[in-house]
Amino acid sequence: MAERSFKKEVEHLRKGTGDVFTGEGILAITKALLENGVGYVGGYQGAPISHLMDVLSDAQELLEELDVRFEANASEAAAAAMLAASVHYPIRGAVTFKGAVGVNVASDALANLSSSGVTGGALVIVGEDYGEGSSIMQERTHPFAMKSQFWLLDPRPNLPSIVKAVGDGFELSEATNTPVMMMVRIRACHVTGSFETCDNQKPALSVRQALSDPQKDFQRVVLPPWSFVHEQDKVNNRWPAAETYILDNQLNEFFGPGDSEVGIVCQGGMYNGVIRALQRLGLADMYGNSQVPVYVLNVTYPIVETEFLRFCEGKSSVLIVEEGQPELIEQSVSAMAYRNGLTVKIHGKDVFPKAGELQGHIMLDAVTAFFRKAAPQMLPGQGRAPNTPKPDIPDLSKTVPVRPPSFCTGCPERPIFAGIKLAQAELGEHQIAGDIGCHLFASLPPFEVGGATMGYGLGPASNAAFDAGGEKRAISILGDGGFWHNGLSSSIGNMVYNKSDSVAVIVDNYYSAATGGQDVLSSRAANPTKQTNNPITDAVKGIGVNWVRQIDRTYDVAKVRDVMKEALTTDYDGPKVIVMSSECMLNRQRREKPIRNQAIRDGARTEVPRFGVDEDVCTGDHACMRLSGCPSLSVNQLDDPLRDDPVASIDQTCVGCGNCGEVADAAILCPSFYRADVVHNPGGFESWLARHRAGVIGWFQKRRSAKRLEFTT
Amino acid sequence: MNDMSQLPDAGPDQTVGEIIKLAVLAVGGQGGGVLGNWIEATARAQGWACQATSVAGVAQRTGSTIYYIEMAPKTGGDPVFSLMPTAGDLDIVIGAELMEAGRAIMRGFVTPDRTTLIASSHRVLSIAEKMVPGDGVVSPEEVRAAAEIATHQLFITDLDQVATENGSVISASLFGALAGSGALPFPRDAFEAAIRTGGRGVEPSLQAFSAAYDLASDGANEPAAAPANQAPDNRPVPVAPRGPADLRAAWNALSRRVDAFPEPVKEMARAGLKKTVDFQSADYGGQYLNRLDGILARDSAENDWSLSREAAKYIANAMAYDDVIRVADLKTRGSRAARVTAEVKPAGGTVLHVTEFMHPRAEEIVGLLPAKTGARWQANFSRMKTLDRLFNRGRRVRTDSVLGFMVLFLLGGLRGWRLKTLRHAQEVAHLETWLERVADTVGRDYALAVEIVRCRRLIKGYSDTHARGNSKYDRVMNALPLLAGRNDAADWIRRLREAALQDEKGEALDGALQTIASFADETDPT
Repeated sequence: MAERSFKKEVEHLRKGTGDVFTGEGILAITKALLENGVGYVGGYQGAPISHLMDVLSDAQELLEELDVRFEANASEAAAAAMLAASVHYPIRGAVTFKGAVGVNVASDALANLSSSGVTGGALVIVGEDYGEGSSIMQERTHPFAMKSQFWLLDPRPNLPSIVKAVGDGFELSEATNTPVMMMVRIRACHVTGSFETCDNQKPALSVRQALSDPQKDFQRVVLPPWSFVHEQDKVNNRWPAAETYILDNQLNEFFGPGDSEVGIVCQGGMYNGVIRALQRLGLADMYGNSQVPVYVLNVTYPIVETEFLRFCEGKSSVLIVEEGQPELIEQSVSAMAYRNGLTVKIHGKDVFPKAGELQGHIMLDAVTAFFRKAAPQMLPGQGRAPNTPKPDIPDLSKTVPVRPPSFCTGCPERPIFAGIKLAQAELGEHQIAGDIGCHLFASLPPFEVGGATMGYGLGPASNAAFDAGGEKRAISILGDGGFWHNGLSSSIGNMVYNKSDSVAVIVDNYYSAATGGQDVLSSRAANPTKQTNNPITDAVKGIGVNWVRQIDRTYDVAKVRDVMKEALTTDYDGPKVIVMSSECMLNRQRREKPIRNQAIRDGARTEVPRFGVDEDVCTGDHACMRLSGCPSLSVNQLDDPLRDDPVASIDQTCVGCGNCGEVADAAILCPSFYRADVVHNPGGFESWLARHRAGVIGWFQKRRSAKRLEFTT
Repeated sequence: MNDMSQLPDAGPDQTVGEIIKLAVLAVGGQGGGVLGNWIEATARAQGWACQATSVAGVAQRTGSTIYYIEMAPKTGGDPVFSLMPTAGDLDIVIGAELMEAGRAIMRGFVTPDRTTLIASSHRVLSIAEKMVPGDGVVSPEEVRAAAEIATHQLFITDLDQVATENGSVISASLFGALAGSGALPFPRDAFEAAIRTGGRGVEPSLQAFSAAYDLASDGANEPAAAPANQAPDNRPVPVAPRGPADLRAAWNALSRRVDAFPEPVKEMARAGLKKTVDFQSADYGGQYLNRLDGILARDSAENDWSLSREAAKYIANAMAYDDVIRVADLKTRGSRAARVTAEVKPAGGTVLHVTEFMHPRAEEIVGLLPAKTGARWQANFSRMKTLDRLFNRGRRVRTDSVLGFMVLFLLGGLRGWRLKTLRHAQEVAHLETWLERVADTVGRDYALAVEIVRCRRLIKGYSDTHARGNSKYDRVMNALPLLAGRNDAADWIRRLREAALQDEKGEALDGALQTIASFADETDPT
């Protein structure tokens, strides 16, 4: 069960010719796949395309009606490999994952697929996780297209353009026997808008039907001598075919006047940003009617040389708007211009910053700088001489605190890292490697557990150099998502085979939680279309780990600490794996809250826990914060002149996970915390007992109260 | 050269000005997405072209997030909207939390020529602010002051509270404030229709919307809070305590002693008296005043009695130390049960269970023994080990059950015994040494004496945290000989104390101490 349900939106996928779809970009892509007769879809979740996987998962009924096979692939590599179905069979297939990291993982399969070539249209939809909101290293997907020679689409970020690109992508793929990648940036994935829908199409040949008539052709296998033939085929046949197709079908677009001294060449995804800059300079109107020629590359690889040269005709300068680095398009067109003896000046990274997202102010500054260099007469007065004094607003950069992502309220991973921190407090700091997933937040304050991440499922593998052990054992962290993605073989298998004397902690929160709570093999929920409930401990024992510990309630901080200490100090010198399991609180609340509320309404006895702090017991030392960081645990300045420092307080959002109390106990912090359980619909005896208890306790309290001075304010 | 004066001065196209640009800056999990959907639905229902985007992703896990919306009246064709906010080009900014509003100002999204800023003044503290051992909370005043300057129109109030009071969440009150501000050209019922169409938690959302709408349409910003400790006159005058007549008479006598104190000392002394009497007894309160008298005798109006004022604060805190008896007493009072109930607000017909998390160690047990016996036990390693084996473990005590309550109640009743205990003897010894140091210093260096008094702030917490605080205090005190005779000794002690409060282990403190050691070496010819 994913974090967000798309059951409602899935109904929009049934819309037919003449209807209008309004919604998010990612849903529009799904609809476009169905309209284009896709035969199979798959992928691996990750921002910003997680929702695409979630929608497909929620749309299984519709997909079955249309004879479309949906596979929630084990990894991006598995997803890309699935496109092999389009090598021999004329079936359209589409897979999705995030770039650049997902493409890294998929690159083996993508390279083989590109060499073999395809018969059916093969489309890879990549959510380019670059710029603001990104959670990965800042790199481009673009070079993968260049090295493997598949085509790269970068459509303008509006729904009709994205939807059209899906259809164009399949046809381009089929016309050139080459897989096509469509790149959509974070904001484009989440952009809202409308487009006119068409009827969904069943695939001409379904994957099920294809099995009845198997196809093969050894010339498509990547083995010599055909691998050499493939290479020649790519540049001699497929590339020219792509250029022809792109020109004939006008995949790239031209806006603005035909004649001008200057022009702008931009990636499709940059179009809106370019137009906004032109709008602010008075060179375009609200509808994008530009006074400057704009050549929009909806296909960013390959660049069609003849088309680029034609655009340069009669121009003295062109600006290449290309996000990220290296500036591959700029280099490529510069070479074209040079080879053809053009005198046109090519601007790009001379006016743009070399690296980073092209945000609004950067785009405006760079476009302005370009005009100032190339055609100052086109700039309005203010652009030529921007002398308007900036308002003198106080600098808040020293005041406003950074707010990196962190564990949610009640997160079951928090006590794991509190336990590890406590174990280290006793045994000293250890070498700790992190992985990809929510658990990587532990590398940030307040835990500061783990100092690097090398990739999904590679946490233990990235400690391999320390496998021989030493005075203190190395620790690595691996999530359940990463474990099943790649970790079982690359990390745990590696530890077993190399007799690693180190400790791997597998954080099992029942989901691929960081990407939105998708199920994985070890999820505990029953999933009608997937096989879940495969314990991680069985898997690691199965591949030869003999020292395995399972913790079933991570909130038991003392137990986490003690098991960590055991693993770090035991005489056993082989790989030690600790599986720490508790359900992701975000998903658990989503699952349990409605059930609990219904139970309360139905009159069933229900306990609802939450935590509190006795403010007069709390001394304001904030030791608890340094072992928690829970959003619901904050500090509060008391109205007491004797107090200097704010005291801990717990707000209404507390879900009563227990971490506060466990940490206070395990770390022997203080007695300030209490848990209050509200028992709804208590039984008759329970109510009677509570009344009598309160009576007895109240009598004692009154008695003592009467004998001493008591202050009310 | 181009003659620029001959050229047309175009400026942005007229139609471009019709685009309304709106950004929501929020903390992940605040419901920024819901708010964005409502705004978008409102605009579309009014026949406007509208586009929303977000960078939802890992930031949804409690990080800073941003939602961006552009809209324009539909007059023909599809407008080309931007997918991201640009500094200096926003009409409306919604800050769902004060520092996120600050972030919007910092990023230049808020400009005085055109931006309406709708901000909630409540705080969601960042980890960095919460984890410092001292007070790490940043000043809200700077953001508020910047907001006054940076905005064209400002509406700021605690919209989180408005939402909570109406049983809803902040997205609803922010939406109400947006509607009430009049920054969007849509009627009120258009906004409300969007909430209804959304379909979830409609009634509470509409209530919170309405409350915020009224506040924003009145344009009534909440006043900035008066900085703490600056307006003592506004504090409630302490009401005389309840209790037996003889004790009240004793209190009145003590209270009259405070009345005779110099004005600047009175408020703190009264709070300190209350704390020490509450901790132990009226007699103990008398001892507190005696100690304070000792300081007052060395102080004068010349220095505005600041030594006495600080001493009034820290002597009280030192005398009302956090021992087992105090914790047990506080947790078993009727007033405490009432406070828990007020906090948890259990519905009628429910039963409340309260569990305390206690973890006594040998030190706590020995601390309860008579001073001499306790000291002997404490010196005996194997006996301490035995005690730890017997007692040192987490104890979950149900204080709503009679048995659990009675255990703590009886412990809390040991107040009469307290003054004989080892813990009390230790606290008194520490207190006396500290006050002697103050007494020794005040004649030579008044400012330094004040700073030494203030260093008592470093001692807080329980068990290891308490030990760490003590160690920091000792490290600061050990620097005193190095600073002897320096004019800036007081300033250095202040710096050391502030450094000690910056991090848990005292790394900043060690750094500052090294600086002192280095210049002490330089000036010392030996």
